[in-house]
Amino acid sequence: MREEVIISGRLNPNIDPHLEIWHWHIPLYLFLGGLAAGILFFASLYTILGKENKYIGAVRRAPVIVPFVLIIGLGALFLDLRHKLYFWQLYTTFKIQSPMSWGAWTLMAITPLSIAWAAIHIREFFPLWDWKWNVLRELEKFLIKNKKYLAWIILFFSVILGIYTGILFSAFNARPLWNTSILGPLFLTSGLSAGAAIIILFSKRKGERINFAKIDIMLIGIELFLIVHMFMGFLASTEVQIDAANLFLGGPYTALFWIFVVIIGMIIPAVLEFLELRKFHIPVLIPVVLVLFGSLMLRFIIAYAGQMSRWLY
Amino acid sequence: MRYAMAIDTKKCVGCSDCVVACQTENDVPVGYCRDWVVEVTDGTYPQLEIEIRSERCNHCENAPCVRSCPTGASHYEAGGIVTVTENKCIGCGACIVSCPYDARYSHPEGYVDKCTFCLHRIQKGQQPACVEVCPTKCMYFGDLDDPNSDVSKMLKKRKFKTLIPEAGTKPHVYYLI
Repeated sequence: MREEVIISGRLNPNIDPHLEIWHWHIPLYLFLGGLAAGILFFASLYTILGKENKYIGAVRRAPVIVPFVLIIGLGALFLDLRHKLYFWQLYTTFKIQSPMSWGAWTLMAITPLSIAWAAIHIREFFPLWDWKWNVLRELEKFLIKNKKYLAWIILFFSVILGIYTGILFSAFNARPLWNTSILGPLFLTSGLSAGAAIIILFSKRKGERINFAKIDIMLIGIELFLIVHMFMGFLASTEVQIDAANLFLGGPYTALFWIFVVIIGMIIPAVLEFLELRKFHIPVLIPVVLVLFGSLMLRFIIAYAGQMSRWLY
Repeated sequence: MRYAMAIDTKKCVGCSDCVVACQTENDVPVGYCRDWVVEVTDGTYPQLEIEIRSERCNHCENAPCVRSCPTGASHYEAGGIVTVTENKCIGCGACIVSCPYDARYSHPEGYVDKCTFCLHRIQKGQQPACVEVCPTKCMYFGDLDDPNSDVSKMLKKRKFKTLIPEAGTKPHVYYLI
């Protein structure tokens, strides 16, 4: 039997025997970033469409958590840095070819925008809220007056935020599993789905919940379609990409991916949401938690499996 | 000027002198290496072939690490040598993930570290430490644009290959075969 045995004298920590340089911080951040993008996308979209009063959960209530979600995500990103005191170097330049640079600047823009959006809707939760200082009162008036423009800006940045979380991975051709342009739309769709799920949780009206359950079912359908296409693409590609696909088709990530992401995180919540539309009574928390869980697991599994996939030698 | 290295796989005996020389010259932390030896055994017994390669950063012409770096810490020096500016590096790991050769590592002090072709020695007109110490003289270093450099002469004379050329990185470390 023809054999090829490769022995390497290299044993660098976190590099060998296979890459393990990105741990929980990155997938957690990618999940939170996608979730924030999803919530902000629907909030700004329905504001632009003039349906603010119909979709109060989406426009006024759910976005209140976004600043917290983003700040926890930023905290995870900061913890991931190994040369922490130099993090400000991110903001001394803009590197057009580096998704990490795009992400840093997008977060710089969208975090304050999300705080502004949450602030002008704070009375949804605290009706007697007063900003105390005149400057803040004036600022609030200005933002409310220009809410549609604010919504357009947030819509733009939320799509960049949602897509970039996938592009961050797909830009690395050194990791064949990540090197597929499907990851951008897949992570965006997954983020929108997670956002829709959170909106269902925050929504008080049945009509709105049903609307977002329909949207979520559609998004899960798109995700499944993208996943199938991702594997078709891999299997029709070169040996390194076939090997990458095999991590999920018989390899070590098979059970994790298909059970936690596809069945528990997508198919079961989609079925539950469908039953809800058919007038069955399903506790709202169950599909919501499952969708969020699936969305988180998708990022964890892609992050860890991607670091296992490599070129031939 | 385009610096490059040619390594003769027929002469290399895999003694790891280059690895030790590099660790000493560059104060590489214990347990890490900037260069390493790979041994590939290939064939059907008893017709086996062995290839020994001293590997390191390939100082790619189209370096994914330079592209993915968000701060510009990973950059090209004169002559196309890829280096990291320590106090610009935030330790995000993007360059480590982007390298198909896994030639980079996270230095215990936080920044990312890798082979520099011994830039500090080249600037003084010396050879990289690994080339200098090689007991079989199987490594050649020099400028590809200079037809009289050791590396240009070897590449003219011998058949050669690069590692994972299909990754599109245009490596500057050549293996004579």
